[in-house]
Amino acid sequence: MLRHGSRSLFNRASATSMRRRRQFSTDLPAETVEDTKFVESWKKMNPNMDPPKTPSAYMKPRPPTPANIPSKLTVNLVLPYDSVLSSKEVDMVIVPATTGQMGVLPGHVATISELKPGILSVHEGNDVTKYFLSSGFAFVHANSVADIIAIEATPVDRLDPNLVQKGLADFQQKLNTASTDVEKAEAQIGIDVHSALNAALTG
Amino acid sequence: MSSSAAQPFWRAAGMTYVTYSNLCASLVRQCLKEPYRSEALSREKVHFNVSKWVDGKPEKPTIRTDTPE
Repeated sequence: MLRHGSRSLFNRASATSMRRRRQFSTDLPAETVEDTKFVESWKKMNPNMDPPKTPSAYMKPRPPTPANIPSKLTVNLVLPYDSVLSSKEVDMVIVPATTGQMGVLPGHVATISELKPGILSVHEGNDVTKYFLSSGFAFVHANSVADIIAIEATPVDRLDPNLVQKGLADFQQKLNTASTDVEKAEAQIGIDVHSALNAALTG
Repeated sequence: MSSSAAQPFWRAAGMTYVTYSNLCASLVRQCLKEPYRSEALSREKVHFNVSKWVDGKPEKPTIRTDTPE
């Protein structure tokens, strides 16, 4: 009787706390996966004590692909200091991946992509909201939840065109006068970011 | 499998992703319009002090700060 007490307490506690949270991509029925080989050898050695939980018992498996494609994509856009979008249901997002602009629709295959500085556009019905991201990652999970993380994400109307042009010219200058690898890399990064900002303002 | 994958130019130059990402973010912050720019730059301020320990005792700390005392 006492042996099973801790297991059901754990399940009940995690299930209620999961219901109160916002929907995360890893929300699943509260199943704890047991490491069967370890549990069996423990029971052989020590049949009277409950086996301790191994780290794999606390890990939540990846969200499974649902049988029907959901109609909306749930997007979370988070920054270190703010969550700009949190569990917003949208029709599509276009993320600026390093391999090009990637459109994510509900039912998209699970993907992890690194982002380059560029525009994230969130499409909801006829509204399109654009944010300029400074670089980050986009995780699309099999249950149509997209987590986009970046350090800075600003609406395009908060960018100042003059500062962008000036920055672009400055960094092009720095690239010409750069000597060490690190200086060249920094100048190149400056040029990339400012050209992306420029394209965002004019495009 | 050491240098098999093509590396981004900044990693080839010895920069880590964290440095790259923070640099991109700081460049974007510097291109913002006025009220947003000052709020954003306040996010970049750091204040910390570092002290090396020698023989179990801390030496004089070096203070790195952007907030005026």
